[in-house]
Amino acid sequence: MENTSHDKVIVRMVNITKRFGSVIANDHVNFDLKTGEIHALLGENGAGKTTLMNILYGHYRPDEGEIYVNGHKVVIKSPRDAIKLGIFMVHQHPLLVETLSVAENIAIGIKTTNRILSPVNEIREKILEFSKEYGFKIDPDAKIWQLTASERQYVEILKALMQNARVLILDEPTSILAPSEKEFLFNFMKRMRNEGCSIVFITHKLEEAISTSDRITVLRKGKAVGTFKSLETNVNELAKMMIGYDVFIKDASKENALTDVKVNAIVALEVEDLWVLGDKGEDAVRGVSFKINAGEIFGVIGVAGNGQSELVEAITGLRKVKKGKIKIFGKDVTNAHPSEIIRLGVAHIPEHRLRYGVVENLSVAENLLLKKYNDYMFSGNIFLKMDKIHEWSKNLISKYSIITPSEKTPVSNLSGGNVQKVIVARELSMQPRLIIAAYPTHGLDIVATKYIRSLLLEHKRKGTAVFLVSSDLDEVFEICDRIAVMYEGKFLAVIPKNEADEEKIGLLMGGVLSHEAAV
Amino acid sequence: MKLLSNVLGIKLKIQKREEVSRKFDILLTFISICVALLVVAVIFLSFGINAFVTFKQIFLSLLNVDIVTVRMIPLLLCSIGLVIVFKANVWNIGAEGQLLIGAVAAAWVALFLIPDAPSYILIPCMFILGFLFAGIWALIPAALRAYLDINEIITTLMMNYIAYFLVAYLASGPWIGKTVWGFKQTDLIPPQARLPQIEGTLIHYPTLIVAIVGAIFIYILLQYTKFGFEIRVYGSNPEAAKYAGINEAKVILLTMFISGGLAGVAGVGELAGVRYRLTANPKGLSAGYGFTAIIVACLARFNPIAAILVSYLMGGIIVGGYALQTSLNVSRGIVNIFNGLILLSLISAEILKRYKISFKVVKSK
Amino acid sequence: MSFESLISPLYEMMLLSTPIIFATMGEIYAERSGVLNLGIEGIMSLGAAIAFVVTYVTGNIALGILVALIAGGLLALIHAFISITFNANQVISGLALAMLGLGLSSFIGKNYVGLRLELMLQPIKIPLLSSIPLIGPVFFNQDILVYTAYILTVVLWFLLYKTKWGLYIRAVGENPYAADSMGINIYVVRYLCTVFGGMLAGLGGAYITVAYMHTWREGITMGKGWAAVALVIFAFWNPLRGFLASLFFGGIEVAAIELYSLYGLNTHLTNMIPYAAIIIVMILSASEIMKKRIGAPASLGKPFIREKRR
Repeated sequence: MENTSHDKVIVRMVNITKRFGSVIANDHVNFDLKTGEIHALLGENGAGKTTLMNILYGHYRPDEGEIYVNGHKVVIKSPRDAIKLGIFMVHQHPLLVETLSVAENIAIGIKTTNRILSPVNEIREKILEFSKEYGFKIDPDAKIWQLTASERQYVEILKALMQNARVLILDEPTSILAPSEKEFLFNFMKRMRNEGCSIVFITHKLEEAISTSDRITVLRKGKAVGTFKSLETNVNELAKMMIGYDVFIKDASKENALTDVKVNAIVALEVEDLWVLGDKGEDAVRGVSFKINAGEIFGVIGVAGNGQSELVEAITGLRKVKKGKIKIFGKDVTNAHPSEIIRLGVAHIPEHRLRYGVVENLSVAENLLLKKYNDYMFSGNIFLKMDKIHEWSKNLISKYSIITPSEKTPVSNLSGGNVQKVIVARELSMQPRLIIAAYPTHGLDIVATKYIRSLLLEHKRKGTAVFLVSSDLDEVFEICDRIAVMYEGKFLAVIPKNEADEEKIGLLMGGVLSHEAAV
Repeated sequence: MKLLSNVLGIKLKIQKREEVSRKFDILLTFISICVALLVVAVIFLSFGINAFVTFKQIFLSLLNVDIVTVRMIPLLLCSIGLVIVFKANVWNIGAEGQLLIGAVAAAWVALFLIPDAPSYILIPCMFILGFLFAGIWALIPAALRAYLDINEIITTLMMNYIAYFLVAYLASGPWIGKTVWGFKQTDLIPPQARLPQIEGTLIHYPTLIVAIVGAIFIYILLQYTKFGFEIRVYGSNPEAAKYAGINEAKVILLTMFISGGLAGVAGVGELAGVRYRLTANPKGLSAGYGFTAIIVACLARFNPIAAILVSYLMGGIIVGGYALQTSLNVSRGIVNIFNGLILLSLISAEILKRYKISFKVVKSK
Repeated sequence: MSFESLISPLYEMMLLSTPIIFATMGEIYAERSGVLNLGIEGIMSLGAAIAFVVTYVTGNIALGILVALIAGGLLALIHAFISITFNANQVISGLALAMLGLGLSSFIGKNYVGLRLELMLQPIKIPLLSSIPLIGPVFFNQDILVYTAYILTVVLWFLLYKTKWGLYIRAVGENPYAADSMGINIYVVRYLCTVFGGMLAGLGGAYITVAYMHTWREGITMGKGWAAVALVIFAFWNPLRGFLASLFFGGIEVAAIELYSLYGLNTHLTNMIPYAAIIIVMILSASEIMKKRIGAPASLGKPFIREKRR
């Protein structure tokens, strides 16, 4: 789209540097945004894209660098300042007040005529207007906790529209959307662009970046690698820049092709008609049934928020089950305490690493010990065997290449990737018979990701069963033997790897069942 | 801040700090005590009281080892109990009441259960039952927290008041002394129930020994045992504890039981080593030890061994405070004020641990 | 028991409830904005002492109450500063504040223990309303502070649920990061609510010494401040329910007194009743919370750190 009349630069970020302790999140980054453009900010997890936009939006202050809006130098100390400048951010996890209604959420921060009374009534009218104009279907009086993930995103977008945003920052908006919802969003973005709005589209998905945006800026390890017009580049080039070395996009699943699915007759995990409630009392898991055998990797793919978290929590004893049965190696563990499940030889690499996986102020050694402290190797009846513990943890640290000053360092000092390595090291070194892994490579760099996937394959070859939950299609295709697609609490299909293709899975993730697909 | 920096030509930079050394930690503790002293001095001055004299008084009191040690004993016992429970992130504010229940148990043993028994039976019996009864008293709010997730701060506080009135009831009612009129109190406990004291002092050393042994015991428990590990994990991150298979109820109940029991032992010490009777005004017996112990635990950075020294210091402050009461007509409130201020400055000092403030001289334009 | 004989105890109930209403109402606001203030007991005590001393010395009740309001606000300001600006542990800060307040109150009131205040707040009869059988003499023949409590309840309820400031307060309490991103100044909202809570707690304490007991002694607040914290939970952070919860507690206190004076039960035993009642209140709240899935404001007690490491 050549818009010579819209070539004015509206936002310019110059020499932006931001450090978190010893980690440099943004390293002298230059970024500019023109009026009437969609500008994609592309990079892997941890490249610094969200940090850069957080600085623009006032969540963070930069250590060095300046920001210019419409040619004037500005200091953005908080989101308030950004909003005043017409900059608005739609966060990956929408910042909304759960217990209030849509209208109330939007009402906050909007200037209205009435000085005292809540502006909810005024706002309600406006919401209906805007919704009609842009095609959103939102009930202004619905409470936020009742809304789906995509609806919450629409609310944040509505907030921006009603405050006359000139710059819209979208942080990984498609990570929570189904394919049909993505179309809607992209059309909306294009419409806003044509009306003169500027959009920053943060993503790690190459195809999306190229197909939707006018320009793409690639960030890698905190540095801006370059800015390109999307028409003048392609996915392979972009991938190279994102990662830094030559990588084939479609990762060779040939590695796994030779592995015969020598599936054991032993049923490691059996789930029967499972119903689990979510945090708000809604049915998050609705009648899921499946079996996993020893020596197989069973993958669950789906857009986050369709019940995967609750399913994993139910299986690992962290959430109560409403109906149904869970059996591990034949033993009924429905609603059992995690300690029982651990005793059966189950390892759990949790989705929320900092919340469940580690205890931040304890040392690396103590975290590695977390589940094994009762083991006869590490403790007697009462006392812990401290030197054995330290020796063993030093071992694990070198085996799994965990970067830490010593085993006595508190885990809070470790980087995100190394925290995950501690968790993986602990769980996989427990000689598990069943591994439950939820988003195990999320947020890790390519090397760590490959390493963990190879570990899982290694365990599979040894006869361990693996239950993998992932939102990464490539990952699931690379290592899983069977793939289940989860949508709105149900398994829409369970497909063996050799019968699966990306398009089919993509449609299923969006809730489109095969007989509806126009193939 | 901006104005100030422009005027003074100094730029203030606030950075997040990485790690804090032990020495810095101790320095911080010391500074907070000084700040508290400063504020108290200001309060005194504004009411026309000579601050210098009062501080000299307190300092001198610290040298009265025999008197201070008597105060130290219940403080140490209560504070080590608080250390174990605070490490589990369970807030036991009920040490006052648990102390009283321990005293009640001891009084029951000495006056009614086996008043004629010889010392070597009576004394261990008082200690054991004191520990048990107080431990059970603490189990009530503990169970409410473990099974119903009810905030233990309020429940332990309420139990304090109930214990307080229980003592008043017993001392003025069913247990009232036969030999005393007017003043509502129980009889004195028989001589064989009274704890032996170090020659020439009032220090009831059996309790002291229990206290010091207890401090070492709690330290070893927390650092070197499996249960200690469970406590520390649960106290730092309860969700990770559940994920790791730790039984939360066990941690809450057992730590509260031990904490209450230790406070109970303190109560036994106060009854059988200092007062020898229960009165209808229990404040005399518990003397705010349960609350002051919170300060001790915090100042000692939740280290039971450090608590030995800190409880001695606190004991000195209490003794000094009482001396001030008589000599300078200053009310009891002073110790509470001081305690509150120490705690406030201590947690304010925590912020210095997290952030480093540095100065940079800026050339003016 | 005839209608008539109920009037006196119910009247007493209203008198006992009023300080609790003030304290509970104030803490509801503080907690709604996300700040837990456990120091109310100390603030109430300080308010009680200061109001008494000032009124006794100057002979001016209004002045005594005003000073108590200011003192309460100042003490709460310390807590606000430490909890909000320093992001320190709110539980410890509150407890420290309680100790400080209790200590200050005995320090200030030392020379006035046991003295009697001759001045009193006169009951004002509201025309028409005070003629309603039973309700009239109980609720509408009270002093001006009690009427203030009524009005305050309604005003605070309206403010919280029907005005835009109430919206801001609730937003800050539930998700301060969202409110912050919408341009609300979290710090201002929390400071205001906390200081306001302290002022009301001071007022509650003042009522006890100046309008009800007309004397001062250490510990005159008898744990009502702690009770208020529990009652806030029982009230589900709603001012109207808070009013009812406070009445309920006042009623229990009266019942305890009645059991002692009418039925001769030992005073120490009856003294235990209100405290046991609070524990029961907490058990009842807990089961209701589990059923209804409504809970405390989500950010209660948690520090607000804008630069979260993401």
